[in-house]
Amino acid sequence: MSGLADADSRAVPGVPNGRLAAATQFVEKTLAIAAMEVRKLRHDPMELVTRAIQPLLWLLVFGQVFGRLRALPTGELTYTEFLAPGILAQSVLFVAIFYGISVIWERDLGIVHKFLVSPTPRAALVLGKALSAGVRALSQAIIVYLAALALGVRLDLAPHALLGVLFFVLCGAALFATFSLIIASMVKTRERFMGIGQVLTMPLFFASNAIYPIAVMPGWLKAIVAVNPLTYEVDGLRALMLESGASSIGLGVDAMVLIGVLTLLVAVGAQLYPRIVI
Amino acid sequence: MGSREMTTVLSTDRLTKRFGHVAAVNGVTFGIAAGEAFGILGRNGAGKTTLIKMLTTLLPPTSGTASIAGHDLAREPGTVRRLIGYVPQGLSSDPDLTARENLEIMAALYDIPRAERAARVRATLALVGLEEAANRLVKTYSGGMIRRLEIGQAMLHRPPLLFLDEPTVGLDPVAREAIWSHVRELRAEYGVAVCLTTHYMDEAERLCSRFLVLRRGSIVTMGSLGDLRAAAGRADATLDDLFGQFTGDGAPRAAA
Repeated sequence: MSGLADADSRAVPGVPNGRLAAATQFVEKTLAIAAMEVRKLRHDPMELVTRAIQPLLWLLVFGQVFGRLRALPTGELTYTEFLAPGILAQSVLFVAIFYGISVIWERDLGIVHKFLVSPTPRAALVLGKALSAGVRALSQAIIVYLAALALGVRLDLAPHALLGVLFFVLCGAALFATFSLIIASMVKTRERFMGIGQVLTMPLFFASNAIYPIAVMPGWLKAIVAVNPLTYEVDGLRALMLESGASSIGLGVDAMVLIGVLTLLVAVGAQLYPRIVI
Repeated sequence: MGSREMTTVLSTDRLTKRFGHVAAVNGVTFGIAAGEAFGILGRNGAGKTTLIKMLTTLLPPTSGTASIAGHDLAREPGTVRRLIGYVPQGLSSDPDLTARENLEIMAALYDIPRAERAARVRATLALVGLEEAANRLVKTYSGGMIRRLEIGQAMLHRPPLLFLDEPTVGLDPVAREAIWSHVRELRAEYGVAVCLTTHYMDEAERLCSRFLVLRRGSIVTMGSLGDLRAAAGRADATLDDLFGQFTGDGAPRAAA
């Protein structure tokens, strides 16, 4: 049986006619996957409450106690002000880095199989999942902002500053969620993933400028901090969140590093994601 | 043969999948006609799911070719995916979304025009008998309801070929009968071809007009129930009898 030898793909409903149509479909499908996450959160918002506890502990307990030491050179900023963007970045990291667990869970259920059998570009599936993590991370931003305001942190609430924070939160969450998805696609089991996730999270956090300035670090740690994407997320957030905030690296560099790493990870993830079902 | 070829919805040619030195599927050649119900049978580990994964583009073949409605799986996977519906083995609808939301996400992923989506989702909910439960979270559904929803998801874009990988496993007899009733309705309404794997021979016998029996990745026999009876030399055997004969330890290993 040779089938319809001269079948024309243009006759198949939905096949994009040109690059613009393909790009439109790509964006629409990416957003559709991210929108799933919004709907899930609407059905069960309790997760947002439970996730609020950790950043509150860091700001209210660690920040208050450590601030009294006055041991770190934080310039014009109080330690709580210095810490608040770092804790937001940390919360985003913690939400995103374990996203691979949900990918493995979706694989076990067969949801990933159905996504992969659909005519959706693999990169759109990966980016959609990455933005889903961003949606969850936004709730962390609200919590950190409210806690910071309560602690007297002088926040920059200008619309352009808030938009900038939105960008860095979404970008950071997407980046680490994609990294997590890549790990999940390789290790394939929850047990292995949990082990690797725990090994990665703390070094990413402590080898960054989240809770102390780069200036006080030893040289070897500065080298690691320079290649840690979390550093650039924290630097961007510190510049945008605070009234007296300033970037020590350069806001443009921060944004470019995050976009560049995210693009690279999405490209790698698009190759590896289909392997999770094999 | 010309008219038969023009209505072929699936064809494979020496399709093979190897994992290391093990051939999970070995040189499988067969075809499915438009509108036909075709059963792929075999014991656990015979290669059924590997074969289905290759035909649904989830797994690249090691060698051989396959096409859906004339579109080669390896060269045009994006087009092929628009021509197939797939219900995987597990209960795979998202439990944290409603049935309507599960259908809406599929409508977006299959590029159903925005203006048509709401009507298509409504029609599909009616087709699988889930209108009243449409806004309930899927985690509150019974297994049979989830399976009906999954068939609805797989048929939302009206593909000419539907893959059902053990769709009734784990369901009670009433729920199983409801699934087959919906599949029969789909075939009657849309003329969709069905490629089915199942361990329930009585269900396969009632739905399918032809069968392919796999053993250790290779085709042991293929054809209608009459063909299988003739090959086995047992004129009044049931499909269950023939399955035991063709897949038992003493069964012959036929070339694909």
